[in-house]
Amino acid sequence: MPFQPVFLWTDVLIYVLLAAAAGFGVYAARHEHLRAPWRQIARRPLAMVALVALAAYVAAGLLDSVHFRERLANGGDQYSAEVLSLLDKLAAPLRSRVEKTYSAPFAAHAYTKETVEYPDGRRVRAYPRLVHGGAHLKDPDERGADIGKRAALATAAGGLVWLALVAAFVALRRVPGEAYAAAARRLARGADPIPWRAILVTAGVLIVLAANAGYLSLYYHILGTDQVGLDVFYKSLKSVRTGLVIGTLTTLVMLPFAVLFGVMAGYFRGWVDDVIQYVYTTLSSIPSVLLIAAAILSLQVYMANHPEVFDNVAARADVRLLFLCVILGVTSWTSLCRLLRGETLKLREADYVQAAQALGASHLAVMARHVLPNIMHIVLITVVLDFSGLVLAEAVLSYVGVGVDPTTESWGNMINGARLEMAREPMVWWSLTAAFGFMFVLVLAANLFSDAVRDAFDPRLRR
Amino acid sequence: MIAYIVRRILYAIPILLGVNLITFALFFFVNSPDDMARIHLGVKRVTPEAIAKWKEDRGFTRPLLYNAAAQGTAKLKDTIFYQHSLRLFVFEFGRAEDNRDIGREIAERMWPSLAIALPTFLVGVLVYITFALLLAFFRGTYLDTWGVVLCVAMMSVSVLFYVIGGQYLMSKLWHLVPISGYDDTGLLAFKFLTLPVVVGVVGSIGANARLYRSFFLEEIGKDYVRTARAKGLSEPRVLFQHVLKNAMIPILTGVVVVIPSLFIGSLIFESFFGIPGLGSYTIDAIHSQDFFVVRAMVFLGSVLYIVGLILTDISYTLVDPRVRLE
Repeated sequence: MPFQPVFLWTDVLIYVLLAAAAGFGVYAARHEHLRAPWRQIARRPLAMVALVALAAYVAAGLLDSVHFRERLANGGDQYSAEVLSLLDKLAAPLRSRVEKTYSAPFAAHAYTKETVEYPDGRRVRAYPRLVHGGAHLKDPDERGADIGKRAALATAAGGLVWLALVAAFVALRRVPGEAYAAAARRLARGADPIPWRAILVTAGVLIVLAANAGYLSLYYHILGTDQVGLDVFYKSLKSVRTGLVIGTLTTLVMLPFAVLFGVMAGYFRGWVDDVIQYVYTTLSSIPSVLLIAAAILSLQVYMANHPEVFDNVAARADVRLLFLCVILGVTSWTSLCRLLRGETLKLREADYVQAAQALGASHLAVMARHVLPNIMHIVLITVVLDFSGLVLAEAVLSYVGVGVDPTTESWGNMINGARLEMAREPMVWWSLTAAFGFMFVLVLAANLFSDAVRDAFDPRLRR
Repeated sequence: MIAYIVRRILYAIPILLGVNLITFALFFFVNSPDDMARIHLGVKRVTPEAIAKWKEDRGFTRPLLYNAAAQGTAKLKDTIFYQHSLRLFVFEFGRAEDNRDIGREIAERMWPSLAIALPTFLVGVLVYITFALLLAFFRGTYLDTWGVVLCVAMMSVSVLFYVIGGQYLMSKLWHLVPISGYDDTGLLAFKFLTLPVVVGVVGSIGANARLYRSFFLEEIGKDYVRTARAKGLSEPRVLFQHVLKNAMIPILTGVVVVIPSLFIGSLIFESFFGIPGLGSYTIDAIHSQDFFVVRAMVFLGSVLYIVGLILTDISYTLVDPRVRLE
């Protein structure tokens, strides 16, 4: 085989999560009472625009979650020690084109002066040309025209792809016998119950942006380079996975405990309730940053003393990422558990639960069949609402030094690394801007989408 | 009431014991004292003698939980858990790695923390309520819609951005205030504290104004508001006299719980703005892997949080005459 697949822990959990989400999707599609709220969400333009943006992030994250090691060119069945992902493969030009140090977005010259030796032997202190950024230009002053030309080309290509997409969509949505033009007009008017027009426009913007970014970054560093000359755009893309993993796996890790303990406490009451309440009160009384700091410190010591447990850097960074998810989960399951306990307390007095008990149903059956389905909306709302907070928390924790491994690409690490760049003259603003920009779009989309989910699933808000 | 408070304080003891056990397990079971010694003395090239001395200095040669070699109560007393963890209950925090007394450090450093946390808290609550009231007053109009959109957008920005952006704008570009630092005398203190307070308040306007707005809107839908309108009261009077008073109940109770925790300050703000408070103390401890300081802060944080919960319950009875503590 030309490559050897590598399954990192978080990869496996992401696959599990995907499978669970797909299973839930199939289940929800078959039940009208679950389909109705989703239909309500699908009719909100803002929510659907947010969903398209989220989908773009998820696509990048998933591409970055398929890992493998390539076979070495010379060595028989030897595999490279470096673990790559599909995203690395796709963005190979970005990854390999490393400069010496900082350079501004679209720059052709480095950020710092160096002694440049001319062919005729003169030595001058000047800003040297970049090895890759704008290297195809003879005269760097033509940059503006060159960028404009290439951007127009990429926009045209992206636009064509988008038009093809819209045409295919119109053809699919056409009522038999209806003229194509009429179907297109229907779409353009935005008269459908599902805001297809908004969805397609968002997709168009994303496609054009992606085409521009992809094409231009073959010739320039579109978001500049960082201190060691790595392309900032590539780093930002790699950080997407970290953000998504923290946002989703944390809740996946905490869910079983929160649901199990919450339902048990509310259903059995008595000493079970006392014990569970004691556990979550204790955990929630520790300020979460401090608990995370304490746990990560312990892990660091453990890792430093047991280097033999981890066979490579990627696995080590991955275990730390997973551990961060677990410890974030430990600090955040308590509030969900408290909510579920309260709801179960109410539900166990409901007539249908009493009837099931009177008919001799076992505790397990009552909990699984009658209590669980009626608290799932709380679970869903909490999961979706927590996502954005967790993405933001990662940045803060990485800044404090108890976040992801320093070798993991993440927005928090980018911001942390850029701490002193603001003080430089002229200012190095691009790393920070890129990290904040990528994070902002993801969190904003998640916030908008979660609002729609809450409105649709919370019975108190239902009109 | 007094009986209730006493009972609540007694309830806190097992919880704090649990907190102690958790940190104890994290620091002593996951890693043995030998591991910790190795980290502090440098992972490689460390002699067993150096480790033994490190442990001896800190009293870590004792067994963890149960000393079989000792007599009587010393079986439990002459252990690491008793000597190190249970001492926290009488606020004896021990010594940090640099051999300074943690208790005295905390007593000194909590004032700078409070100096930035308290104004941020007070100004913040005022600003959030004002914004939320404005949004509620203009509910259903474009101003409200766009105000909420702005809130969501502001919520989506990382707190680090507010800090860095604030430092850039107010200090580097406009030269209004120093970028960071601390002084506790008069005008100078004011100068140093302005930026962190402004950033702290602006950074959480989005989330809080939106939350408080929903409290106001919930109250506005109630019958007594309709009655007040039917009596012919003007909308501002309805809002300020009736709605504001009742919406203060959820606001106050959500706010009271954080008051005691103001003492430990904020990790992010204190490290960015160079405030020598407990937050930066904790960050320094994390960076130098000083377990004892982190453990002391965990314990202190839990104590303050529990105090906050008790205060919340008491404040319920004060603002809402319907609630009686039994």
